[in-house]
Parts: sequence; C-alpha cells; structure tokens
Amino acid sequence: LYYTISYHIISYHIILYYIMHHSMNLDVFRFNVCTRTHVSYEVKDNVAVVRINDPTSKVNTLGRHMQAELVEVINEIWGNSAVKSAVLISSKPGSFIAGADLNMFQACKTAEEVSYLLQAGQKMFEQIEKSPIPFVAAINGSCLGGGLEFAIACQYRIATKSKKTILGTPEVMLGLLPGAGGTQRLPKMVGLPAAFDMMLTGRNIKADKAKKMGLVHQLVEPLGPGLKSAEERTIEYLEEVAVDFAKGLTGKKVTVEKKKGLMQKVQDFVMGLPPVRKQIYKTVHNKVMKQSKGLYPAPLKIIECVQTGIEKGNAAGYLSESENFGKLAMTSVSRALIGLFYGQVACKKNHFGQPEREVKKLAVLGAGLMGAGIAQVTIDKGVATILKDTTEEGLARGQQQVYKGLNDKTKKKSLTTFERDRIMSLLSGQLDYRGFENADMVIEAVFEDLSIKHKVVKEVEAVIPPHCIFATNTSALPIKDIAAASKRPEKLIGMHYFSPVDKMQLLEIITTSKTSKDTTASAVAVGLKQGKVIIVVGDGPGFYTTRCLAPMLAEAVRALQEGVGPKKLDSLTTGFGFPVGAATLADEVGIDVAAHVAEDLGKAFGTRFGGGNVEVLKMMVQKGFKGRKSGKGCYVYGAKSKEKKVNSGAEDILKSFKLTAPPAVSADEDIQYRLVSRFVNEAVLCLQEGILPDPVQGDIGAVFGLGFPPCLGGPFRFVDSYGADKLVQKMKHFEEAYGNQFTPCQLLLDHAKDSSKRFHK
Amino acid sequence: MQIIEHFMSLSLIRTVLLTAFSFCSAARSLSTSVHLQAQAKSKKTLAKPGVKNIVLVDGVRTPFLQSGTTYADLMPHDLARAALQGLLNRTGLPKDAVDYIVYGTVIQEVKTSNVAREAALGAGFSDKTPAHTVTMACISSNQAMTTAVGLIAAGQCDAVVAGGVEFMSDVPIRHSRKMRKTMLSLNKAKTLGARLSLLGSIRLAHLSPELPAVAEFSTAETMGHSADRLAAAFGVSRLEQDEFALRSHTLAKKAQDGGMLSDVISFKVPGRDIVSKDNGIRPATMEQLAKLKPAFIKPHGTVTAANSSFLTDGASAVLIMSEEKALAMGYKPKAYLRDFVYVSQDPKDQLLLGPTYATPKVLEKSGLTLNDIDVFEFHEAFAGQIMANLKAMESDWFAQTYMGRKTKVGAPPMEKFNTWGGSLSLGHPFAATGCRLVTTVAHRLQKEGGQYGLVAACAAGGQGHAMVIEAYPQ
Repeated sequence: LYYTISYHIISYHIILYYIMHHSMNLDVFRFNVCTRTHVSYEVKDNVAVVRINDPTSKVNTLGRHMQAELVEVINEIWGNSAVKSAVLISSKPGSFIAGADLNMFQACKTAEEVSYLLQAGQKMFEQIEKSPIPFVAAINGSCLGGGLEFAIACQYRIATKSKKTILGTPEVMLGLLPGAGGTQRLPKMVGLPAAFDMMLTGRNIKADKAKKMGLVHQLVEPLGPGLKSAEERTIEYLEEVAVDFAKGLTGKKVTVEKKKGLMQKVQDFVMGLPPVRKQIYKTVHNKVMKQSKGLYPAPLKIIECVQTGIEKGNAAGYLSESENFGKLAMTSVSRALIGLFYGQVACKKNHFGQPEREVKKLAVLGAGLMGAGIAQVTIDKGVATILKDTTEEGLARGQQQVYKGLNDKTKKKSLTTFERDRIMSLLSGQLDYRGFENADMVIEAVFEDLSIKHKVVKEVEAVIPPHCIFATNTSALPIKDIAAASKRPEKLIGMHYFSPVDKMQLLEIITTSKTSKDTTASAVAVGLKQGKVIIVVGDGPGFYTTRCLAPMLAEAVRALQEGVGPKKLDSLTTGFGFPVGAATLADEVGIDVAAHVAEDLGKAFGTRFGGGNVEVLKMMVQKGFKGRKSGKGCYVYGAKSKEKKVNSGAEDILKSFKLTAPPAVSADEDIQYRLVSRFVNEAVLCLQEGILPDPVQGDIGAVFGLGFPPCLGGPFRFVDSYGADKLVQKMKHFEEAYGNQFTPCQLLLDHAKDSSKRFHK
Repeated sequence: MQIIEHFMSLSLIRTVLLTAFSFCSAARSLSTSVHLQAQAKSKKTLAKPGVKNIVLVDGVRTPFLQSGTTYADLMPHDLARAALQGLLNRTGLPKDAVDYIVYGTVIQEVKTSNVAREAALGAGFSDKTPAHTVTMACISSNQAMTTAVGLIAAGQCDAVVAGGVEFMSDVPIRHSRKMRKTMLSLNKAKTLGARLSLLGSIRLAHLSPELPAVAEFSTAETMGHSADRLAAAFGVSRLEQDEFALRSHTLAKKAQDGGMLSDVISFKVPGRDIVSKDNGIRPATMEQLAKLKPAFIKPHGTVTAANSSFLTDGASAVLIMSEEKALAMGYKPKAYLRDFVYVSQDPKDQLLLGPTYATPKVLEKSGLTLNDIDVFEFHEAFAGQIMANLKAMESDWFAQTYMGRKTKVGAPPMEKFNTWGGSLSLGHPFAATGCRLVTTVAHRLQKEGGQYGLVAACAAGGQGHAMVIEAYPQ
C-alpha cells in the first residue's frame, strides 16, 4: 500500500541487529574458569592488554560467562604489581561489546532476580571506575548498551573512526534502560541534555560525534590493507595506539580531563542550579509523555533514574537504576519490543536457501514513487538497475527522486558526493527495453490495473532471458490473476514494497502455488540486499498487510460517519499506540487508493469488510479530496502552518452519509477496540487460512508495514498479552451492534477457549 | 629598464651559444657511431623490432625552491619559460626544430590554463609549434614525456619538448560559490535596482574564500593523512621514516656538493639574484627530527613536516627525439626511453602505492627482473610512503592478495635507490618531478656505468607510473 508512516518511531535501528541470538551458558555463574575462552590478556611493557572474544558468536555480549572471565582477569591484573595500566580491546572486527546478553534477563522469573544480576554488573564497573591503575577502552565496532557502560567506566576511551564504530544506549528501544551505571555516568560525562537525548532515543552515535560530545577522548583512523588485512591491521593499530596512551596515562603525559571551553563552563554552571535541572526534568518528561502517550514506561524510568542519581547521590541512583530495570524487564511492553527485535532478526534471514543465481542486474518498470524508490534502494547496494518508464517526463521525475534521495544523504553526511555519483552511475534510465535481455530480475511498479499488468507481463516476457524473475509490486491485486498472463508462472512472484521505499523497512513477498522455491529464494535475497525486513505470505486478495488494514479503515470511515471528527479519530488511534492516526493515514495512503482497495476487497470478502460506506470515499475522490497528494483529504494541506485544518468539504460529505452511533459501543475505548479488533481478527484469520506462515511474520508485517503499535508487539502478541477471551468478549459485544464484521474467527475462538494456547511462547 | 636590458643580454648570449653548438654537432655525430661499435654490451638492449627507438637527448630543471622564497613573485609560466630556455641553451636546439611541446602542471593558474603554450611563446619558441598542457597530479610530467614518446612512436613528430611546472608560492584562491554566483548574476543585471538588490543579498558568509587543498576530491582526505595511514598499515615506524628522510637529505647534500645535480640550470630571477641551487636540502640530526610533532594525524601519527616532501616551486624540461633524428641533428642522446606503464588503484587506502603496482608490471613488459636494474629513482612523496611501498614490494601476501600476482617483485636494494637524494630533500614541484627522475636516471646510468634504470612514482587519485630507461651506449 502506498503510504507514509512516521517511520522513526517504529524503525528499529539496524544496530539492534547486532545484538543477535547466541547460545550462552546460563546454568552456572562460574567464578573459577579453568581455561578461559572469552577473555585473555598479555602484559606488554607494563600494560595489560585485555582481549575479549566470544567464540560462540559474531559479536561480543556481556553474558554470565563473559562477565565471570572479565572479573577474574581484572582481579589478576590488579594482583600483578608489574601492571601499571590496562587496555581493553575486542579481537572481533566490527564489535567491541554489542550489549548485555538478553537471554540472561529473559531467563529471570522476577524483577528482583534481574535487579540482582544488574547489581553485579554495576559493582564490576564501579570497581573499574575506581581502579588504582588506568583502564583504556579501545573501541572498534559496535559499543552499545552494556558495552558502552563498560567503556564509560574506564578512565580513557579511544575509538576507531570506522563506519562500523557506533556508540549508544539502545535499551530504550527494548523497553529497558541502561542498567549498569549508564543513567548515572552519562549525564556527568556528556551533560544532562545530551545524556537524555542518547538514552531516550537510543540513537547510534558515530565516533567523530562521540569525540565532540566528550564520550571518547581520541579517535584512530581505520587503516587500509598493509601486510595484513585492513580489519586485522586496524585492530592491531588501535591496540598499539591504546597501549601508548595507557603508558602516557601512567607517566602523566596524557591527561584524562579535557580543557573546558567557555560554553562548556557556562553550561556546567547553569546545570549546577537546582531549579534549572528541575525545569529540564519537567520539560523532558512532558516531551516524552507527548510522544509516547504514556504507553512506554522505559523513558520515564530513565528520567527518574537520572534525577535520583543527580539529586540524591550515587548509591540511590544505582539502586533506582537496578530496581527500575528489573521492573521494566517484567513489563509486557518490554517483552513486546524484545519480541519485535527477535522477529526482525528472524525476518532478516533467507529461509529459502541460496538462490541458484545472484541477481546482478535488475530492471524496474515504472518510474513512479514506488518504482524510483525500488531503484534507489537497489543501486544503493551496488546492483546495476534499469529504470524504465513510458514517458520522458515520468522518467525524469523518477530519476530526480533517486538523485534527491541520495543527495539528501550527502547533506546528512552519511554519504560523500563521490559515493553518491558512483551509486548513481549504476542507474540506467530509459524508455525502451534495451538491456532487458541481460536482466536477472524485473520488478514492475506500473499502475494498479489488471489489464495493464497483463500487457506488461507479456511485453517483458518477450524480451527477458529464461532465468529472469518477474516480480510484481502490487498492493492488492491477487498475484495469480496477474500470473494468468504469464508463460512462466513459476518465475512470477509478488513483491509488495511500502512507500516511501527508502524509509519503510518492510517488504511483503507473495508467492502463488506455482511460484518456485528458487524464485522465492531469489526475491528474498534481493529484498535482504535492499536492507528490507521480509515477510513471505500466501496469495489472496490484499495478501496479509492490505487485508488487515482494509477492515480497520472501513471501521474508521464508519466512525467518521458516526460523527467522530478526523481529529478525534486521530487522537484515539495514536492514543492506542499507532504512530499515525487513522484519518491522517487515509490521507497519506490516498483516498482514491483506499476507495479502490475497499471496493476490491469488499467484493472478495463480502460484508465482513463492510462498515463504513465506500461511497463516502468515492464521493471524496469525485470532489478531488484524494488525500495529501491532492492537497485535500480529511484535512487540508499546503499551508505551512503546523496546525492541520479539517477539510470542511469532507465534513459535508460525512454529514450527508451520517450514521447514528449506537451508544453501547461508542465510548472512546470502544472505538479504539472496534478499530483494533477488526485488524487483529483479520490477522488471525490470515494465519488460520495459511496466508501467514507464522505469528512472528504477522507481528513484524503489522508493525513495520502498517504501524501497528510497537508497544503491543503486533496483533498476535497483543492477543497473547491482552487475552484472547477478553478480546472475543469485546468483539461479541460489538457484533451485537454491527453484525458479522465483528465475528471472531475460529482460531481466535480456539485461543479464547483454551488460555494455554498462545501465539508466542 | 634594468630587466629589459637583462633580457636583451641573455638572448645575446643565447645566440652566441647556439651558433657554437651547431658547429660542434657534426663532430659529435661522428664520435657517436664510433662509440656504438666499440662498446661491448654486458646486457641485451631492450630495442624491439618494429618499434622506434626513442631517446632522451637532455633534461634540465630550474633550481627547486621552497615555495614563498626567491620565486615568490613569479607566475607559473615564468618558471616554465626558464626551464624551456634552459633546455634550449643546454642543447643548442634550433627553436623551429621542435615539432611539439607537452607540459604538465597540477595547480592551474587560471590565467594561463594552457601554460605550455604561454611558456613556449614566452621562451621564444616558434609560434608555429603547438603546445598542450597535461595534468596527472605528481606524474604530470611523466605523462608529458610519455605523450611525447607516443607522438614520436606514432610517426607524428620527431622532436618533442616535454616538461612540467609547479608554483606553490601563489595558488588560486576562489570566492565562495555563492559569491561567484552573485557576481556572475551582477554581470547580467541590467538595471541599477537589480544590481543593488544583488549586492544587498551578499552575506558575510559569502565572503569566506575557498582554499585549494592537497586533498583527494573523491575521499576529501589530505595526502599527508593518507600517507600516515599507509605507513601505519604497513607498520612503518616514526624512526624508520625519520631515518629515510635523513638519508635523502644527506645523499642530496652529497650530490649537490659533488656537482652531480648537473640538470639544474642557473636562473636569474627578475628583480632578484641568480638562483643556481636547490634550497630545501637540510641534513639535520635524528634528534632534531624526533622533536617534530606529527603534522596530520594528531597526536599519535608518524608523518611530520620533516619526513614529508615540502611545498616547492620549480620547473623542468626534457628534449625527446627519435633516435634517427637525434643522430641526424648531431646529438649524443643520454638514454633510451623504453617501456612504461600507468596504473591506478583504490584512492583511499592505496593512494600512494603506485610504485608497488607499476614496478612489476613494467619489468614484466620489458622482460627484466628487479636484479637487472642498476639505477632506481622513485618519487619520495613521504618517507612513510616510500617505506610502505618497499614493504609492499617485499610481501608475497600483498602481491597475491591485492595485485593478483604469484609472487612479490622484491624491494630495490638501497645502494641503488635514490642515491642523489629525492623529492624529500630536493623538493617536489608536483608536475616537474617526473622529468627530474628521468633525467637523474640517465645521468646516474652514465656516471655509474649501469645499463637499465627504473623510474616509479605515485600520484593523487590513486594512480602510479613506472618507466624503464636504458643507458645510451657511451
């Protein structure tokens, strides 16, 4: 479907990908490890070089085993009088320490158990902070969560300026907080505002920014290849430099304290005033409440921990931190967010095996918003791409979109102009089928009309080689209907992208009964290369995502007809956790598209997809209220004022289709649950019918594609945590007022009957 | 007045000299043929059937001066003219005997963007001799020479002058893009009102100028920074770099004092004294070198001002001819210019590894091994860069992993390597260095009695060059 969702809210930064599954020895907290496997050290010139390397994983995580070995090694170092300073470094390219071991917390039954674990971590870091010899953290690669907390407990930090080096506290994105001293040390180190920004957004900080913020003391340039590979030599060089600095610290040639500039001094002075601090806590609190609608407890707890530490001292701060972390770990929100994280990791793997041929040349048909977006994310990953349109005007617009997408990155400095030019050189904009004879995959993104799609299938199949895959980007047309025109349906597959393609992470891949496994494997491989989170679903009207959204939008139209204003509707939906309100969403999708989909799916599924009157949407389209793209929809766009105005023309239409709201099901909460239960029921039905292969992909699709509230973890996790029985009860209540649109599906009923049945374990 | 007088006297001297030279040429050509037969060759010649022999007749250069010193008030074409005139003086070449002129430059003076033509006209070459300018960073004059070789090999020319000039005492500093845009619009503005409104749009920020930097356009990294990373990548220590820099200065001093640098011509700088010596040669002590702080990567880098080549003003020129033509004109050539290659690689992490890539390639082309080479002249951009290249050339792993070769080419023995100093000590006017290297190889081959010489150099953009030079039978 074509719409925008404020993606930053639901976009889980790629960094989380690093904190991946890994098997950990959870049974014993072994204090006496005979042969160490994770941590080793050697003494060079009175400097102990401590190297960490988890042999069971691609990244280092702070689990019980790692922690035990670290404690042991550090104690040995302190016991060795020849050691005057220490360097802490990872032997893994691309990962310093990517965070704490999530499994360790998940295995805990109570909040107290979690708090206890954290206190052990806090204690270890406190000892390092107070160490008689200086510790230098030499950072290359991901330094996140517990890894960063470890690093900031050290006396000195050196980081490589590599693109892979990122520092941050992503705990908030998992519904947690930095629980090993992070909430206490960060404000002192980078100042209150920057510390709040880091901890409340969980954003990644690159090395040069970290240096400016005062998070690291020195930067080391990544090296190219020499007598060893670039990666290997860079780590070696980082170690050499770190050892030099460690010696410098012992010999007092290097000082830890940075000279403070005037601005810094002024800021420190201002922050020293209790009323100023109080005002900051209040402002931050209000901002969090406004953005999270109070649905996410972690940010508030972060503020609380910081405040306690600053106002009541270290001991109180550490206690608040470990206790609050324990409490958060037990919340459904944290479970939901962690579930999404694991789900996302699972959806970033190809479960269909290695495709026979790698797609090296891709062609996109149609240079519209979607086509150009698909081309952009493809060339961005180094794949040569043809962008074909039928008119020069359309092509120029599409090429400009790609250029702008890349150029905006250069403005944000995430890409150099040179890199932009190199990437652009992979794009070939054209009006003919030249070069299609060498294409490995064609993705069509032409107008959503079956006869046009058929024409395109025939035209393209006449020019592409036999191995070439034909993918269709449609949001609602059943793939098998499109495949009817194909001579080679086993090579035909659906690839449903979400707009804007370069921002939305989800890709919904749709297979028909005839699609071959290799075709699916290839489509998934391309999607993964484009950086997508992928769900693979069965064919049918609206597949999975569009099918879930349609009943919810139908219910939204009904609510509008019943006199709930667009603004009220928006606040009800965002209040439930949707990042974009239902009325705004309809405008973003396009009222015409919504009408189109509602009508198509209405025909396919009958009265279950009823509710609001499709004529409302059609009338709006007739009057030119097609949503944001036409300047008017539920709201009026164009004026630069922040306050969105309701479109009075749309209100008039709604009045002419006015329905009476049944009082028994029209309270605010009722409206919220009417919208959500139809969404959820349709999702469960998709699982029941086999459109969805599993609940994980259902949750990921709903959250990453449709903006289902992340705090609920997706429709399936929501049923688990809310209770299928309670939901069925509510639906039956609505059913009485409205009929079969609220009839719970069989699978949902099964879960309601047997509370031991859960979608997620 | 004085200057005009001076020029007049100079040209007078030249005329006299030229006449003298042309008297000699007949005698010289005779002696050449005698030598040819008399010499017993220790090694095979690299002459190839069907390929014209192309020779270096002679090469000269102005003294290389640290920028901002005696040349400070000149313009690039002034220096270039001095080198061209010096070549004419040295060779006694009739000006109209030159078919073509190719000249290199890196930092372009916008007023003389085809500096080759401006300098040639000013140096009194015939206005019927075409001239073009080439640019390829630090191998610009190598490019000028190989362009000349190409013109001769293709049968289009018989005598070509090649060279290069760099003038770092003055570089074009531009207005900001915004300011330029406003100024250009100002030209087009028709009414006073339009002009005033354009003038009114100028903000303080528009006035900040754009400075040229010795930085890669593609990576925005300055060359010194890249050199420091390269040295670190190959584990080249600060000590090794300082030792190499000291070696360069010591050998240059010895060569200067011993009168080896005969390619240097005297140049009366208008308004100043006669310059006849390079002024950047300064042998210091290791202690002095060790004191310097790193210039690019701070505080832990290893590249310093003392172990890097310095900003230099200078120009060079060579006369290249087909062997027949040279002999017909009565010259005794100094060397054959044989095979050459250009290479290019990653401009970020292998920016300065040109010699490593170019050396095995050109040797292979000539059917030689490193052991066959008697004289090596490598461009010393940074001591760390040279040391890194030597280590890379000595590594089988590097050759296999990055160059797709079976084995290493090997590092040149130091007793044959840059024994008269190098860019670190003599100076490095970017586009003039190539001719210095080739001329030095020719002179060293003559002095030391060797047969083959190898020139290699790195250049910005991640490019490189190497050329095999064969001594002309004496």
